[in-house]
This record gives sequence, structure tokens and C-alpha cells, in this order.
Amino acid sequence: MNLPAGAEQALAAFGQCLGWEQRARLLMQWGERLPALSDEERCEANRVHGCESQVWLVAEHRDRCWQFRAGSDARLLRGLLALLLARVNGLTGAELATIDLDDWFGQLGLARQLSPSRSNGLNAVLQRMRELTRDAWIP
Amino acid sequence: MSLISPWRTDFPGILALDAEGQTYLDSAATAQKPQAMLDALLGYYAGGAANVHRAQHLPGERATRAFESSRDKVARWLNAAEPSQIVFTRSATEAFNLLAYGLEHELQAGEQIVISALEHHANLLPWQQLAQRRHLELVVLPLDESGLIDLEQAAGLIGPRTRVLALSQLSNVLGCWQPLTELLALGKAQGALTVVDGAQGVVHGRHDVETLGCDFYVCSSHKLYGPDGVGLLYGRKPALQRLRHWQFGGEMVRVADYQGAEFRAAPLGFEAGTPPIAGVIALGASLDYLAALDAAAVAAHEAALHAQLLTGLRARTGIRLLGAPTVALASFVVEGVHNADLAHLLTEQGIAVRAGHHCAMPLLKRLGLAGAIRVSLGLYNDGADLERFFAALDQALELLR
Repeated sequence: MNLPAGAEQALAAFGQCLGWEQRARLLMQWGERLPALSDEERCEANRVHGCESQVWLVAEHRDRCWQFRAGSDARLLRGLLALLLARVNGLTGAELATIDLDDWFGQLGLARQLSPSRSNGLNAVLQRMRELTRDAWIP
Repeated sequence: MSLISPWRTDFPGILALDAEGQTYLDSAATAQKPQAMLDALLGYYAGGAANVHRAQHLPGERATRAFESSRDKVARWLNAAEPSQIVFTRSATEAFNLLAYGLEHELQAGEQIVISALEHHANLLPWQQLAQRRHLELVVLPLDESGLIDLEQAAGLIGPRTRVLALSQLSNVLGCWQPLTELLALGKAQGALTVVDGAQGVVHGRHDVETLGCDFYVCSSHKLYGPDGVGLLYGRKPALQRLRHWQFGGEMVRVADYQGAEFRAAPLGFEAGTPPIAGVIALGASLDYLAALDAAAVAAHEAALHAQLLTGLRARTGIRLLGAPTVALASFVVEGVHNADLAHLLTEQGIAVRAGHHCAMPLLKRLGLAGAIRVSLGLYNDGADLERFFAALDQALELLR
């Protein structure tokens, strides 16, 4: 499976061995590129629970493909969300179901962000993404 | 000159974390353990495990003696009159649940349980759920600006309908000693049972339950440099007699038949099932270790570390301390910086501090905060740990601002 262009870009940027400062700066830059959600979209229905930061996730299913948009009040988490969306946006439900996101964040040198003790919200976002896509899954 | 803990080398865990590049400043969540405790844990298992209070054989007798000797040590540590006033539970949280179930039969609809706004979930949720089961009123004592329970308002809120008064000695978020003498007196004047959450308090200095005069005192082993899986409940004798049994099975029974049973009094009657034998024995070793330290030197070291922590936090712009911490820990937020971002960057730099709501969600909500960073100290921390923390904090803030 070919990587989406955004994912190729992410891999090129994060895939090399980075120091923590460079990685943090990059994450914040990616977070700033995340298109902002509207006030209406930052609503309770779109809230992802189980994070200590506020996170919203909006999913659209069009032409068999999924498009997600997400936002958070925490900057580094916004960066993580941007990296997630770069990998999953435009995939079909079937592709989404088989994708290994642990491996994806591992390739970016961010595996620890998915550890079970983390309450940064990334795990909760993945869980929510699975719920949203499972409900509407069209084979 | 940097503060050096003379006890640091007694704690293999803090040395191992240090060697790994981790600066451990989360002792209020759980403490590292002294070598003496590790030896006791291994010694019990390697020397031959056996169940307690059941068998007449030698290993069983040896385990039972060691187990009961820990009860003596805990009683001495807390200055309880008798070891039989100490009940071993699986955690402090379990001890609060024991109380909430054990006292349920005494409470009638419309009566009050009084807690404070700063309680840890462990001293909130069991009472909240009890209040819901029995249609009681859960009264929450408000705090003043510095994070102390407001005595004047408490005097107005604790009244003749108050049956239980359950308060923390030292908040795990705000780090200041509560005026328990005055507060417990208010409860006792109304005939209420008094419960003290000593989970944080017991770790700093020695506390005397007789002087404190509470009916129950709850704490956990793992914060007191002992193993996890062990909680402690002290009770005044008449107060223990008021508890109904709540967990059944094992050696808590005196006579059992198919259709009925009679149960033992405290402490064994409240220790259903096989207790955490190794943990209890190892806690005894931790208490032996602690009792052999120069208490004044420990207190002076902790006070000096805490002063260094506060000075460093106050020297930086935009930092808001939660309350007015006087011991053990400090929680803070930084203006214009998200708590999660700061936590992320401290973690990246190997600083192990706690971020979030600290199991006190209602308190954080009341302070208008989604979360905070908490730095907490153990007797093994050095000034250098704090210097590393502040260097990392400055780096993180520089990146985020």
C-alpha cells in the first residue's frame, strides 16, 4: 500500500533520529498546520473522552473514503493528531481496519506516545476513530 | 552547596532510575523502596512461603509471627494502644470502602457525611456512593485561599445531623497540613465518627493517633516506602466495634455453618481471604528502616528540599502555585501554557512528575483548572533532582512560549 503524500512527508521529517527538542518543535509545527475546527464542531458530540486535554474528532465518509478532522487545546497533541490524520485520511474502511497505527507512530519515533499509561489522548482518539468507522463500515 | 540525601543509596530504585536518566519526583504517587524492604520480600518467599493464621506447621507459624510482628510495628509507628487496633487491607482505598460499608447500618436517611473539597477520590467516592445508597446528605467543607479547610464555615456546616466526618490530613494536591485538631473537635462535639485520610500525611513526620483523637486513621504502605498491595486502617476500640463485617471468607469467620456464621472481631474479622502476607512482612522491614533513621535529620532534609522547590517555582514568571504548600509537594500551572504540553516536554527530558487531575477531579474543577503539574519529594531526593527539574522546566517553557 502506497503511503499518502502527507504521510511520506511526515516520515521524511520524523523518521530520522531526532533529539527531543527538534521533535517537539516539529510536532508543534505540524500541529499548527492542522486546519482549525469551527466552534460548532468543537461540541460535546465530537468530544473524545478519556483525555485530560480537550480533543474533538470529526469523521466524514465520502466516496468510500474516510476524511477526519481533529482539534485539541494542547499543542503537542495537535501535532500528534496531524501525524495521525496524515496517515489515515483518504483511506477506505477496509484499509483503515488493517492499518497498524502503533507501527506508524513507531516509524515516526513516537511509539511512547501510545503507551497505555499515557493519558495524552492519542489512544482515546484511536479508539474513537475505530468506533466511528466501525459503525459506518461498508465493505 | 547542593542538598545531598544521605539515604539515597539505601534505595536501589531511585539509583536505577537515575542511571536510566530518569529524575523521580512523583513520590506522592508511590515511593521507591529501601533495600531492607526488598530483602524482606525476597527473604519471605525464598525462605519458604506459608499462609497465616491457619496452619500449625512450622512455616505457617513463622509466617504468622512475622505477619503479626508487622502489626505491632504499625501500631508503634502510629502510637496505637494495641496492635489489634490495626487492620490490614489491600489499599487505603479499600480501607475507606471498608468503613463506608461497615458503618452503613448506622446511618439513616437525612443524616450527613461531611468531607472537604480537597479529598482524594478514595475519601470521596465511597462516601458519595454510601450517601446515594442511604439517601444521606454529603456535605463538602470549602477551602480558604491558601488551601486550608475553612474553619469558620466548617463550624457552621458540621451540625447535629453529622454522623461521619472524613478529612484528609495532608492534601495530595495542595501540600499543606489541615487544622485537624480544630476540625475533629467540631465533629466530636456533634457525636460524629471521625475519619482521617493519612495517605500523604503519614509519610512526613510521625503522627500519633491517640493525640489526634480520631476514630479511624487510614493510610497505605506503598507511599510509606513499603510494598504496594497493603493498606492500613487504625480504629479506636469502640469505633472498631461499631463496624459490620463486609467481606466474607477465609479466616475472618469464627463458626461457620451452611445457613449461618459468626465472625471474628477486628482485626481478623476484617481481613477476609488470604491477606497480602509478603507485603505486610515487607512493610515491617520498611518501618524498621524508617524507625532507625534520625527523624529530625529527615524532616530537615525534606524541609530544605521543599524550600528549594518553592523558591525555584516562585523565581519563574507566570507560575501559579495551587494553594500555599508547606510540605512534601507543590502543584502548579503556568500561565498561557497547557498543562499537557508541559507534561509532555518534561517527560521527554526524563522528569518523572505527575500531571493531570491527581485523583481529585472536583478540587481541580473548583480551582477552575483542567489539570496541574505536581512535583513531590521523597527522603531520597537530592537538590540535584530539583536542579534537573528546573533546567528541564526552563527548556520546556522556552520551547512553548
